[in-house]
Amino acid sequence: MSTPAVHVRGLRRVFGTRAVLDGIDLDIARGEFLALLGASGTGKTTLLRILGALDRADEGTVLVPPARTVVFQEPRLIPSRRVLGNVTVGLPRGAATRETGRRALAEVGLAAHADAWPATLSGGEAQRAALARALVREPELLLLDEPFAALDALTRLRMQDLVGDLCRRHRPAVLLVTHDVDEAIRLADRVAVLRDGALVRDQSVAVEHPRDPADPAFAALRRALLADLGVHREPAPQHAN
Amino acid sequence: MSAVSTEQARAAGLVAPRARAAAGRPRGVSLALRTLGPLALLAAWQISSATGVLTPDVLASPGQVVQAVGELWGNGQLADALSTSLTRAALGLLFGAGAGLVLGVVTGFFRLGEELLDSAVQVLRTVPFLALVPLFMVWFGITETAKIALIGVATSFPMYVSASGGVRNTDRKLVEAMRSFGLSRAAVVREVVLPGALPALLSGLRLSMTLSVIALIAAEEINSTEGIGYLMAQAQNFSRTDVLAVCILIYGLLGLAADGAVRVLERLLMPWRPVDGRAVAGR
Repeated sequence: MSTPAVHVRGLRRVFGTRAVLDGIDLDIARGEFLALLGASGTGKTTLLRILGALDRADEGTVLVPPARTVVFQEPRLIPSRRVLGNVTVGLPRGAATRETGRRALAEVGLAAHADAWPATLSGGEAQRAALARALVREPELLLLDEPFAALDALTRLRMQDLVGDLCRRHRPAVLLVTHDVDEAIRLADRVAVLRDGALVRDQSVAVEHPRDPADPAFAALRRALLADLGVHREPAPQHAN
Repeated sequence: MSAVSTEQARAAGLVAPRARAAAGRPRGVSLALRTLGPLALLAAWQISSATGVLTPDVLASPGQVVQAVGELWGNGQLADALSTSLTRAALGLLFGAGAGLVLGVVTGFFRLGEELLDSAVQVLRTVPFLALVPLFMVWFGITETAKIALIGVATSFPMYVSASGGVRNTDRKLVEAMRSFGLSRAAVVREVVLPGALPALLSGLRLSMTLSVIALIAAEEINSTEGIGYLMAQAQNFSRTDVLAVCILIYGLLGLAADGAVRVLERLLMPWRPVDGRAVAGR
């Protein structure tokens, strides 16, 4: 039995009369990468926000590690602080912190932009700064809330590789909330699908690394996940990823 | 999924995430809390009057003030004074805030407007409006015009500063998008700029309303023959601290009413804004 990083039992969250999360049970092991899929408004972001202490649970048990960080859909950088200042925001000041901040920026390929203002960064660069800000805190749980959704397709692919790479190196437990099925299969050890307040699927990704969309196992899982999300289409779509 | 019991998870060092509790006080409680401060002041006043710490020649007791209100209301003096003063304040505010609004929008939206007008208005803005009282007396005499003009000058500048700042902060991308849909400049101002600047405009209005009361006092202290300021001047001559207290309370209540009016306006004019300024959480 592996040590847990996230432990959720019977989680309920109700908005008005609608139970967005209706009795969720979820475990994430240490170092495990879980992708949570769901259509818009199914409560996947709510689940992430509850794990990140940004929202409260109405019922149920939720346990998470003390060290956890969030990367949001938008970078959410403070415009009045330089990139390095944004990465180390809230950490004790000092040369050591600046050094770890610079190292984190180097890891995401932004070493040259440490003294830039956030407004001068492109969308992908800003999101990489947000990623460095999350990693510099050495989280045991990394919460990714559709972090690639606002990026262009090429930047998104590069960012996905970067995130996969960094997660393999640092081994935090990761919850990635997304509605991009390919992204989920590419990155995750396990995928779960949230629908009508419950997890309708929770399975390991058995596709071998490096994961290739042309792999039949990839395509089969992709089809199954899309069907869970209510998208039914003929097999073998023509667009390459 | 490996089956881990909650106890084991706790033993592994996991903690419950603590979301900051939403400050969801019921409306009634919130209102009660708001009235607590003024009530405490009133109680302190009553207690010091009753125990003799506050003698009537310094300040009348709350009971005497209520009597004075009854007396002034009974002989119609209060109603007359109120309507005169409120008319002055309202007219001055209308002209002043209106001028400030127009100038502010012009300087905020048009680069040329800013270059031409802003420095001139900034120079005028630094002149204390009280310094204009003698000049206005010379220009207009002891007339209503002098008083309304003074209030107008005093109230125009906060509105100008707020309006130009609010307009300057307009979302340029939104303006660009609307231009691409063929909206004229006037339509852009109407549809995008003014609604976007409304929070700034309303905070400017709040400042202007406060200043309108202050300017009203200044204007009425000088050679008035009617209005609340006149009532005060008379009360001063006869050492009627109860009437003075009534007038001061009225000025205070005017400020409170102005604030309440702006709050109501905020709710009416900006229905798209989340209630109580609290952000709506994502799904």
